[in-house]
Amino acid sequence: MLAHIGRRLAGLLLVLFLVAALVFFLTRLAPGDPAALMLGDQATPEDVARLREAYGLDKPLLLQFVLWLKECATGNLGQSIFLQQPVTQALLQRAEPTFFLAMFSLAIAAAIGIPAGIASAVWRGRPIDQAVSGLAMLAANIPSFWLGLIFIQLFAVRFGWFPVAGYGAPDASFFERLQHLFLPSAVLGVVNSALITRFTRASMLDVLDADFVRTARAKGISELRVVLRHAFGNALVPIITVLGLTLALLIGGAIVTETVFGLPGVGNLVVSAVLRRDYPVIQGALLAVAAIYALINLAIDVIYTLVDPRVRQ
Amino acid sequence: MTAPLLAIEDLAVSFRTEEGEVTPVRGVSLQISENETVAVVGESGSGKSVTSFATMGLLPRPAGRVSQGRILFRRRSGDTIDLATAPRATMQALRGAEIAMIFQEPMTSLNPVLTVGEQIAEAVRLHLGYDRRKAWAHAVEMLGLVEIPDAARRASDYPHHMSGGMRQRVMIALALSCRPALLIADEPTTALDVTIQAQVLTLLDRLRRELGMGVLFITHNLGVVAEIADRVTVMYAGEVVESAPVRDLFNAPRHPYTRALLECMPSRAIQDASGRRVVRSIPGQVSRVERGCAFAPRCADATPACSVEAPMLESDAGRQTRCLRWRELA
Repeated sequence: MLAHIGRRLAGLLLVLFLVAALVFFLTRLAPGDPAALMLGDQATPEDVARLREAYGLDKPLLLQFVLWLKECATGNLGQSIFLQQPVTQALLQRAEPTFFLAMFSLAIAAAIGIPAGIASAVWRGRPIDQAVSGLAMLAANIPSFWLGLIFIQLFAVRFGWFPVAGYGAPDASFFERLQHLFLPSAVLGVVNSALITRFTRASMLDVLDADFVRTARAKGISELRVVLRHAFGNALVPIITVLGLTLALLIGGAIVTETVFGLPGVGNLVVSAVLRRDYPVIQGALLAVAAIYALINLAIDVIYTLVDPRVRQ
Repeated sequence: MTAPLLAIEDLAVSFRTEEGEVTPVRGVSLQISENETVAVVGESGSGKSVTSFATMGLLPRPAGRVSQGRILFRRRSGDTIDLATAPRATMQALRGAEIAMIFQEPMTSLNPVLTVGEQIAEAVRLHLGYDRRKAWAHAVEMLGLVEIPDAARRASDYPHHMSGGMRQRVMIALALSCRPALLIADEPTTALDVTIQAQVLTLLDRLRRELGMGVLFITHNLGVVAEIADRVTVMYAGEVVESAPVRDLFNAPRHPYTRALLECMPSRAIQDASGRRVVRSIPGQVSRVERGCAFAPRCADATPACSVEAPMLESDAGRQTRCLRWRELA
């Protein structure tokens, strides 16, 4: 098991290298020059050239890449061109809202999707199944920005239950943070619950017809226990997979929701960095997200072995 | 004479399908006493498994239901109840405790994510009210009873650590863990190697004697029937066509279908100079005839009358036969 994790971590390094290369060259393929953007329309070519030199943007691309990789290897993702702070620091500052947003969203999505999927499978073809499938289809197709605006209008503006936007003052209490996170988490929870519902339903349908479920019934245990212990216990692997993928997506891609709710998260940071061609920030953020993505996948693999003894060998 | 342990009377089971209601089991009657093994024989689709699932109250809901007849079961308390109309809660309390079942597929019939000990202990805790430790000890004891070596250690194994024969022993241990009065064995040896088959049959027979259970043994293998059964009920197309003590049935089959089945047995074929015969098969499903005898289209002895008049199950000398011509053919 440990050897397996070791091998996976080695593979992770390779993945990160490829991601680094891809990110580095793709961002530079996009037209636009940070130095020119920073100095504005009035800048002389000399000024631009000086700034480019200061940030090492005048060196050959390949050399820039190697220099950046060397820095990364020591844990230093470079200096932001616009923020006047190291990329690592900028990322860490923005990590908290993104992390909690992802966690709460996943919790809400799972709390909706798993019971709905189970009920849908158990009462397959009945009205409850049709209702759940219809709602899941709806949730999967609602744009998150639209649902976000509706939630803001309804729960923040009309009822005043939650703040409209932002993440509170820098010294705000955890409870206040929770209030700020609730609406965006609810939006992402609802939208992401659709996929979890469908996976849970499909996985449960597979298992409910299995011979060992019939054995469990023949033992005389209650139907609830048959469904939850015997069927659900065996339906977990695909469900964990989709939960992990959802979490990874949430960490890397809650950009729209963060923007709608004015949350100072990683998504927000990346968007502004892209608009300003802040290469080090784009690269650093994407690299960090890729690493987290890969680590989540590794964690999923480890969790498999906990829920399914057959994987343990 | 006391009432039998299980008496199925004129049972019919219906399923709702997209093409309307079908009735795969009609007019089935059979009886099982304590310490007796009754084999139900028939080819796939003859309704033998449906009969057993109806008895367990495990017909797929909501499509399947008992549409006619009674399934009388004498409870441990002495009361007789009709399993066909018993409330769900009663059936749940009976299943695993007084009526247990083992299945055809040992490879897939155990829960892969629970240890075999846990799976046995779960039933024991529920029905016998043992605490966790006592239930585990009982599970280990049961595994020993079905001759699993080193039972205390194997109880912590998962099903995938075990071979098919071992898993079927575990299934037997699970089924017998609460000392049921009736055991339904649905093709329990079909999926096993021949040598393992013999071991499992011997084991089942020994445990039947020790526990004094009634056993409803479902199979399509007449060789197995000869070895284990006291009485045999032959089913064809959802009906009982013949029912007799095992010796009588093998020595003097009365129904043409039974005779054809016996002639298909390899050992007999070798003895017969004439060589093996096969039951003439008809492509697709066993035919559902509108009128007359269900077996008539495949019967070598059928006359025009057989396709007109449906035979009744006639009783004679402790045997029952559903054939218009059995007297003249005998």
